[in-house]
Amino acid sequence: MENIFHKGEILVKDEEPLNPEYGINPYERPMQIHIKYGVINIDKTPGPTSHEITAWVKRILKVNKAGHAGTLEPY
Amino acid sequence: MIAMAKAPKEYICVMRLHGNVSENEIREVCKEFTGQIYQRPPLKSSVKRVVRIRTIYYIDLLEISNRDVLMRIGCEAGTYIRKLCHDIGIVLGTGGHMQELRRTKSGVFKEDETLTTLHRLKDAYDTWIEEGKEDELRKIILPVEKVIEGIPKITIRDSAVDAICHGANLAAQGILTLESNIKRGSLVAIITKKGELVALGISQKSSEEILNEERGIMVKVRRVIMERGTYPKMWK
Repeated sequence: MENIFHKGEILVKDEEPLNPEYGINPYERPMQIHIKYGVINIDKTPGPTSHEITAWVKRILKVNKAGHAGTLEPY
Repeated sequence: MIAMAKAPKEYICVMRLHGNVSENEIREVCKEFTGQIYQRPPLKSSVKRVVRIRTIYYIDLLEISNRDVLMRIGCEAGTYIRKLCHDIGIVLGTGGHMQELRRTKSGVFKEDETLTTLHRLKDAYDTWIEEGKEDELRKIILPVEKVIEGIPKITIRDSAVDAICHGANLAAQGILTLESNIKRGSLVAIITKKGELVALGISQKSSEEILNEERGIMVKVRRVIMERGTYPKMWK
């Protein structure tokens, strides 16, 4: 699978052919769905809180749900 | 979030010492602080203030100017750089504090072409909506699978996918391939044959056990990512 970084060796327990009917390569998702399953690496400047940045992202992308994975504690 | 919060971090910081000391002494003390250290979270923290052990993977001294020390530090999640600077200052005998801090790596995320701003996001979004051009937006919004780059992956049968999406644990029969570096207790990523992230879970067995066992729960699912119904329901 291209674009997936493997650290360990891959051990094969069983095999199965790909089914074209469902599922899609993560890099080929239609944009609307891509956004839903997307992550963004944002350079968070001091000032706005992560919560505010997340709110802006939701507004810009017109999505209902977004979260953030932690920021520096205030210093 | 579990995949990201516990991931190793890298910071660049300026430590300002409160007295004069030689470069050699600074290097020696920084070497002492590499490896496992004790830390108690500061007053202004969101975690329980108990002494805990954290690992400092490396401290690179980038520049020393007067009493300011520019350092690049690689560390375990949950390490307080402010406290580290304070403690280095104590051991040096001068005292010191953290003057400035920037996180340069958080797990798989770093300061590369993926690092972006809200402005770029808005512009890229507008370009897609108004002109139908996706390129910029696709460079900025990464697939969620990016997050599992460093996490061992287990590929499952199509018939097992929707069950996992409904919260079922992963049994041996559902597994097609797995990586060799899995231990009991490891965080693992459950993916489809096409590479889509289905869920994250904790492995109950080692790679060798998973490879050889025919039945039983191999992974306890902790967090489902894929929406139900993405793959057809193929279970009773």
